[in-house]
Amino acid sequence: MSILGNRVLRKEDPKFLSTGGTYGDDLPGDQALWATYVRSSAAHARLTGIDTSETLRRPGVVAAYAASDIDLPPLSPGLPGIPDVMARPLLAAGVARFVGEPVAVVLTEQRYQGEDATEAVAVDYEPLPVVVDPEESLAGGVLLFPEAGTNLATDFRVPPDESFFEGCEVVVRQRVLNPRVAPCPMEVRTSMASWGSDGRLTQWVSSQAPHAFRDALARLYDLEPEQVRVIAPDVGGGFGAKAGPYPEELLLGWLARAAGRPVRWTETRSESMVALGHGRGQIQDLAIGGTRDGRVLAYRLEVLQDAGAYPAIGAFLPFFTRLMTSGTYDIAKVQCSACAVVTNTTPVVAYRGAGRPEATAAIERAIDLFAAEIGADPAEVRRRNLVAPADFPYATATGATYDTGDYPRALELVLDAAGYSELRAEQARRREDGKAPLLGIGLSTYVEITNPVASFGEFAAVEVLTSGKARVYTGTSPHGQGHATVWATLASDQLGIPIDDIEVVANDTDLVASGVGTFGSRSLQAGGLAVHEASVMLVDQARRLAAELLEASAEDVVLDKVEGRFHVAGTPALSRSWSELAEHVADSGGLRVDQRSDPPGPTFPFGAHLAVVEVDASTGEVRLVRLVAVDDAGRIINPLLADGQRHGGLAQGAAQALMEEFRYDHDGNPVTSNLADYPMVSAAELPSFELLAMETPTPVNPLGAKGIGESGTIGSTPAVQNAVVDALAHLGVRHVDMPASPERVWRTLAEQRGKG
Amino acid sequence: MTDTPQTFTFSLNGTPTTVTAPPDLPVLWVLRDLLGVTGPKYGCGVDECRACTCHVDGRAFATCVTPVSAIDGHTITTIEGLAGTVPGAGPDTLHPVQQAWLEHDVPQCGWCQPGQIMMVSALLAQLPDPAAITDADIDKIRNVCRCGTYFRIREAIKRAGELLAEGADS
Repeated sequence: MSILGNRVLRKEDPKFLSTGGTYGDDLPGDQALWATYVRSSAAHARLTGIDTSETLRRPGVVAAYAASDIDLPPLSPGLPGIPDVMARPLLAAGVARFVGEPVAVVLTEQRYQGEDATEAVAVDYEPLPVVVDPEESLAGGVLLFPEAGTNLATDFRVPPDESFFEGCEVVVRQRVLNPRVAPCPMEVRTSMASWGSDGRLTQWVSSQAPHAFRDALARLYDLEPEQVRVIAPDVGGGFGAKAGPYPEELLLGWLARAAGRPVRWTETRSESMVALGHGRGQIQDLAIGGTRDGRVLAYRLEVLQDAGAYPAIGAFLPFFTRLMTSGTYDIAKVQCSACAVVTNTTPVVAYRGAGRPEATAAIERAIDLFAAEIGADPAEVRRRNLVAPADFPYATATGATYDTGDYPRALELVLDAAGYSELRAEQARRREDGKAPLLGIGLSTYVEITNPVASFGEFAAVEVLTSGKARVYTGTSPHGQGHATVWATLASDQLGIPIDDIEVVANDTDLVASGVGTFGSRSLQAGGLAVHEASVMLVDQARRLAAELLEASAEDVVLDKVEGRFHVAGTPALSRSWSELAEHVADSGGLRVDQRSDPPGPTFPFGAHLAVVEVDASTGEVRLVRLVAVDDAGRIINPLLADGQRHGGLAQGAAQALMEEFRYDHDGNPVTSNLADYPMVSAAELPSFELLAMETPTPVNPLGAKGIGESGTIGSTPAVQNAVVDALAHLGVRHVDMPASPERVWRTLAEQRGKG
Repeated sequence: MTDTPQTFTFSLNGTPTTVTAPPDLPVLWVLRDLLGVTGPKYGCGVDECRACTCHVDGRAFATCVTPVSAIDGHTITTIEGLAGTVPGAGPDTLHPVQQAWLEHDVPQCGWCQPGQIMMVSALLAQLPDPAAITDADIDKIRNVCRCGTYFRIREAIKRAGELLAEGADS
């Protein structure tokens, strides 16, 4: 009997509860100097002078450097289409383009000396005009990179088609904001670089992709990848923002070489808020058309993506938004026109969902707007337009091919569990009554793409030691997802070796030959698949060896998974254990299989969320009362961990809808750059979630599994936002942008009263 | 931190401890940088995220905004020493809050959990009947978890309350 599908408790937990784990800043580093960065206080300025002479007299200061001292090339965006001149220097060279951009760096003996030392660096700024608004950037009045001749970082625009909405009885248009948010992993960025006497560079870094980090270091320092070792210790959350390397991290090797000592760096939260990449940041103009009886016929989405000052992954988010434009709906005509522009703000990167939540937010708002326009129930409009279960695989107009799904069933499950008609009746009563808080019911049905770049593949190795215990090496980069537990489960399922006897090795490029990392909800279907395949192959290898020793034919030898012994079928008395087999080949390579998995394509998890909110009409305060969710991620290997991922996604998604927005003033000064100003959701704002189970396996991989890490954020944000609008709908409100803060809701109501 | 270093003495996880540090150096950095006690984490420096929470004389406090001068002569407990406060504790003993966290599989990235556990253990210790802890009590805990483990934190707190009550009865 398979152990897959059981609620196996995490192997990872005990250390977190007893000593608090070992994250980057927890590492001993007695010999290391501390790096502290001087950051631009101007959003856009020419740097006319950087004077470090006073700094060098401060206590504990060893050295100070500016861009002119650094002989390393800028970081190429590394993505097709982005102009090369938009490459990012490790320290601002000549021009600073966002508040928080590193302009100089100081090395001190003690951590606390860094702050005093950086204050003494004199930077002369000659202000340049600042562009914060993406639309202003698109207009091109001020260019961040004059050599590029444009502020466009990527351009997927298609001209509007005059005939697009022909045949539609109703067309609704709406501008929708998907504001910039701060990913805010609780552990800020931290890293340490050290050169060995053998010329090898070792770097510890809080990263979601240590092998890619190693390769970036090798390119930057002109080394072979084997000359670089990257270790990601325990990582305190990433959410996409720690997927790529940052200048502050990459420069540490140069600093360590210059100083002749290891150099370490841990940012402050205020630094992290402005210098770790941000997420989201889209202005969307949507238009949806259809018949009065509720059939959607045409949907056009225009996306203007804010890429921030130096285009990176953020400039490519619209690519994923475009791919997922039509969501769960079968719409005859679908179009997405998108581009990304640079602005004098923190660069935008991937954040939990990365381009797909933005697509879902747009289409789910569009469906509700359309329903409101024709006076139909939003659940009914969804029923009328969902892709039918018989239509899979389903090719969309924007280039995706959805693997499997049953969207109507997901919708009906949440409607039933939530008691949809009772909720509507309660809403009607409260509207009559006028005193109780307003009740809003919001729906979303979503589909998303996981393991989006399937061709990356993933590496795993499985070996059985002479002790009879096993070791799994994985190229994924676990940082909270529970891979140590699930990879051990997958191996145990094939090997018959207990989970507790299987060690999972990850996050060290010297111990794991290659790897891609953990992002895009890819780990199980790519990395877990590699573990599964390697385990299957290892059993086969062991079976052949056992056959040799038992003087039998390999086809006749079976593995008794309960006993962990191989024997000829029918004669269990004569057998060989894993330990004995491993012992036998200990001097000739051992029992080990290295495997790179290549899933043939991405997978498309889906689901339906229903949110219930209460709105206090006098204060604008929104209280999230219920969140009911179906998140179908194919076959679930460990429901305990999958549910944990859902909880977290729901919390983050709801927080975006109600609370979070990273804001700048007109001069490009961030106004939400610490945790006192940037609202973070806590237990008090969240209800207990009502999770429903649904599993529709995918044929894309033999596990039948899709990704689960981002589903919660993708479905919950529009459900909560739609619930807020729904609470106010009877007053004539059609749209409220995110975040639905008390101020914004109160203003919306005040404006509506003014109209009436 | 330019103040002249002074010597401070306190009990740390049951061990008499003396440090020499500037008096305004926050306890968090005394623990982490001078004493190598890394369970308490730096998350915000302004008492918002509560990841640095430890106990002073059994009460929860934010080590990131508390100067070392304020703990002179007091008893400090960090996550590393929490289990040691359980009467008759052995090397494998878990505090009831840690036990509940384990049973409910609370951690994801794990980073904020020492602060969560220290906050919850102090709160439960103050309640006359920890098994009767309410959602309103739990709402007072503002510790931030970006992985969003709140759902299980809520369940685990209630379980910890039960375990504490059982322990008090036995």
